[in-house]
Amino acid sequence: MAKRSKSAPIRVLIAKPGLDGHDRGAKVVARALRDAGMEVIYAGLRQTPEDVVRAALEEDVDLIGLSILSGAHMALFPRILALLKEQKAGRIPVFAGGIIPDEDARRLKKAGVRAIFGPGTSLEEIVSTARRLARGAA
Amino acid sequence: MSGSAGPPPVARAIRRGDRRALARAITAVENGDPAAAPVVRALYPGTGHIPMVGLTGPLGVGKSSLLSALVGLLRGQGRTVGAIAVDPSSPFSGGSVLGDRIRLERRADDDGVFFRSMASRGEAGGVAAATREVARLLEAAGFDVVFVETVGSGQADVAIREIATTSVVVLVPHLGDEVQTLKAGLFEIADVFDVNKADLPGADVAARDLTELAAMGKTRDGWSSRVVRTSTTTPTGIAELWEAITAHERFLDDSGARVAGERRRLAAEIAGRLRDRVGHEVTERLERDAELRELLDRVVGRKVDPWSAAERLYRDWYGGR
Repeated sequence: MAKRSKSAPIRVLIAKPGLDGHDRGAKVVARALRDAGMEVIYAGLRQTPEDVVRAALEEDVDLIGLSILSGAHMALFPRILALLKEQKAGRIPVFAGGIIPDEDARRLKKAGVRAIFGPGTSLEEIVSTARRLARGAA
Repeated sequence: MSGSAGPPPVARAIRRGDRRALARAITAVENGDPAAAPVVRALYPGTGHIPMVGLTGPLGVGKSSLLSALVGLLRGQGRTVGAIAVDPSSPFSGGSVLGDRIRLERRADDDGVFFRSMASRGEAGGVAAATREVARLLEAAGFDVVFVETVGSGQADVAIREIATTSVVVLVPHLGDEVQTLKAGLFEIADVFDVNKADLPGADVAARDLTELAAMGKTRDGWSSRVVRTSTTTPTGIAELWEAITAHERFLDDSGARVAGERRRLAAEIAGRLRDRVGHEVTERLERDAELRELLDRVVGRKVDPWSAAERLYRDWYGGR
């Protein structure tokens, strides 16, 4: 299919991989992206990397946002990136939010996570970054 | 028509079961991308043969959980399932949160299920404008059954009827007295009534009221609506719900109602497409076209009424037949 037009809504998957049950942050971000006119597929809690990638492909999203507070990001995020590549979907940008130490954030960015938002990031910044990533202009 | 031979490669890929091709084609159809048209056209002749099951009912009655339970049941029987879940778009931002996927429980490596969330994108009635075409794409991709879960519906949201071969209206106890069941709209389109959350008190009364309603008369096709009770917390009644759905599907075949229903749905689809297109064009021309702008000015100035203005345009364009 042809590349989608600029006027079509951005589709973004918001998922919480891993086992922590704190989804307030993910919900706040989902709502902010909704209010920015995006179609947010909210996959919810306790997603395995395989769940996340399957949802991203079936829903044909432009962007994947991962929220994590459990500390398992160094295991889960690279696995998701690897699965995406394996499925020839490595071009779908992935951003993340949660409690991620700076050193880990640097390594994850090197591994291909496009943006990482720590506590205190403004919703405006998340929305504008998400839009830029989805439009492939980052 | 172009002179190209055979269906477009994307259509072939979808028939082969290429899930990425399917997912992208769905997006293209949703976005009204002209590239989707030849694909949809190529796949159309092979459609119209499987159960398209609509799940509708007010918000919070458990449609998504039921869908998940039905998917589980059918996968256990070895059947493949395509599912579309529609949620509303914001009238303000156009955005939406599509949250029906949360309820879906399945193995991540199961290719026998394809689940797609859809935003209603301004369409009233409980489904999106493209839902019907997306359902057809799922059929073309080879799924045995397609489910369409609507937006949480109001009393008059009956658009699912234009897509589904069997419509399940999902309700819960204490939604109102039996007079509610007599009202026009939602209650009229049910081939199957499902009283969900049947573990809650009041389920007996709700099921009795609906059974009485079903006994009062048949649907337009001549089918007596079935009433079933389900719960998804500790799954009960799911097999009975599916049995009621398949009983209706058998009825459609045995009575000839399937062909009549399909004819009615397709007539409505053609009329709807034409109405959208003409409506869109008229709206545009009332702004752009000097002559039509003047006509609109006269209606705004109360020199001409809207009815006469529409009549005049109709006469001018279609010869008034």
